[in-house]
Amino acid sequence: MRAFSYDRPDSVDAALRGVANQPGTTTEAAVKFVAGGTNLLDLMKADVMRPDRLVDISRLNLDKIEEVDGGGLRLGALARNSDTAYDARVQARYPMLSKAILAGASAQLRNMATNGGNLLQRTRCYYFYDTGTPCNKREPGTGCGALTGVNRIHAILGASDHCIAVHPSDMCVALAALEAIVRVTGPKGERTIPFADFHRLPGDTPHIDSTLAADELITAIDLPAKGFAEHSTYLKVRDRASYAFALVSVAAALELDGQTIRTARLALGGVAHKPWRDPAAEAELAGKPASLENFREASRVLLRDAKGQSHNAFKIGLAERAIVRALAEAAGVEHP
Amino acid sequence: MSQPTGPASQGHAHKQPAPPPDLMDVTLTINGSRKTLRVAPWTSLLDALRLHLDMTGTKKGCDHGQCGACTVLVDGRRINSCLTLAVMAEGRTVTTIEGLASGDALHPLQEAFVEHDAFQCGYCTPGQICSAVGMLEEGHARTDDDIRELMSGNLCRCGAYPNIVAAIRQVMDSQAQKDGGKP
Repeated sequence: MRAFSYDRPDSVDAALRGVANQPGTTTEAAVKFVAGGTNLLDLMKADVMRPDRLVDISRLNLDKIEEVDGGGLRLGALARNSDTAYDARVQARYPMLSKAILAGASAQLRNMATNGGNLLQRTRCYYFYDTGTPCNKREPGTGCGALTGVNRIHAILGASDHCIAVHPSDMCVALAALEAIVRVTGPKGERTIPFADFHRLPGDTPHIDSTLAADELITAIDLPAKGFAEHSTYLKVRDRASYAFALVSVAAALELDGQTIRTARLALGGVAHKPWRDPAAEAELAGKPASLENFREASRVLLRDAKGQSHNAFKIGLAERAIVRALAEAAGVEHP
Repeated sequence: MSQPTGPASQGHAHKQPAPPPDLMDVTLTINGSRKTLRVAPWTSLLDALRLHLDMTGTKKGCDHGQCGACTVLVDGRRINSCLTLAVMAEGRTVTTIEGLASGDALHPLQEAFVEHDAFQCGYCTPGQICSAVGMLEEGHARTDDDIRELMSGNLCRCGAYPNIVAAIRQVMDSQAQKDGGKP
């Protein structure tokens, strides 16, 4: 690892002073917050990320999980992934989120990794990690090794000619379906970011993962009251039964009137640069009976613009079947 | 090879390399003993244990959090010691494989691993056992499949998995019996 300096401030204000006056987004910053460290230190060992200074926020008082007015739940940015997944309120009211968190990483990593850090983890694209190859995300303007290389795990939706990497998180897929709100604080005070606006598509600036500014800190993630506890699931399809990133994952949540769908939420992981949601596919389901045929139609709408790369066209059919199965499980409908 | 010029390296562009930052003092309680070390900020907890304290029971496998050989307990919770910095563990209580036995009496999991022949080369074993201690403390495993899932962060290239599951299962069952049959 390259040399860096280290500081452990004892308040949020002191932590913010530690990253003050940095331009751009957090992805580009030379001074980084560290909390769990599971992704950042790994990337520093690989020489992919080279911060000058680490500001350790892991002991700040942002690790609680608390009720909020209106029936929601506030997940502290520094609550550990394991503590969040096993929290009795999360399990009872947001089982899809608990399941998604436990589908990711290993028990050791979930004990270290924080909720805020989960949002900021970076792609596992091989070319991003391999400093001997071009990568527009790591070194803008050098090109994309994955476009003409090995791209089995890459995007089928929302990709660009500059980057076909996918966001690796499971937790974020469930948070997208739940329409969580990211609470951040910075020099201009607090602000909230709807989950759909937190991560971004690559376009021609794939080196920027999120809209979080370099001088801002995530303090919490708010879950709305509506948790879809009765009819929801998280389905993850991967190469191993455990401890592997998703080829395709689906967070599916329904509100039902008898067998009629009132509201549907669908978010996909492993297919795009951010958790993928599509209002048209969700609208396709509203007011219709919960049936395999309607689930198939919704999956076709969601995947209408999907484009396979040389090694991952299989993901399109895989995603279609995963969506149908996840919706069927959420609705309690028999499926093949 | 020229220096990369991406945003991640912008802090290094157009300037001489900064002098190495100062070493830092870290005080930890390791297996019941208080230790103060002087380490560089980028020293992992794993390297602090192995290279600064000569406690080589904790193994370095992949050094990227993928194999679990470096698993230790920090404040009672299992973590990958390769993915945390020694300076981040200031004031924490660390338990390694060297700290599990009481004198000559092995920890029940150590005994069970011997009894079930739950290893071949033994390199992953300290991590497997520390991870299993953490898993039993967490209390979420009920079935053999749960054990497999919750131990998936510990790889065994010799493939001793069936015996590892059997060893953990035995200790889990005997603990459940001691707790009056409660799961």
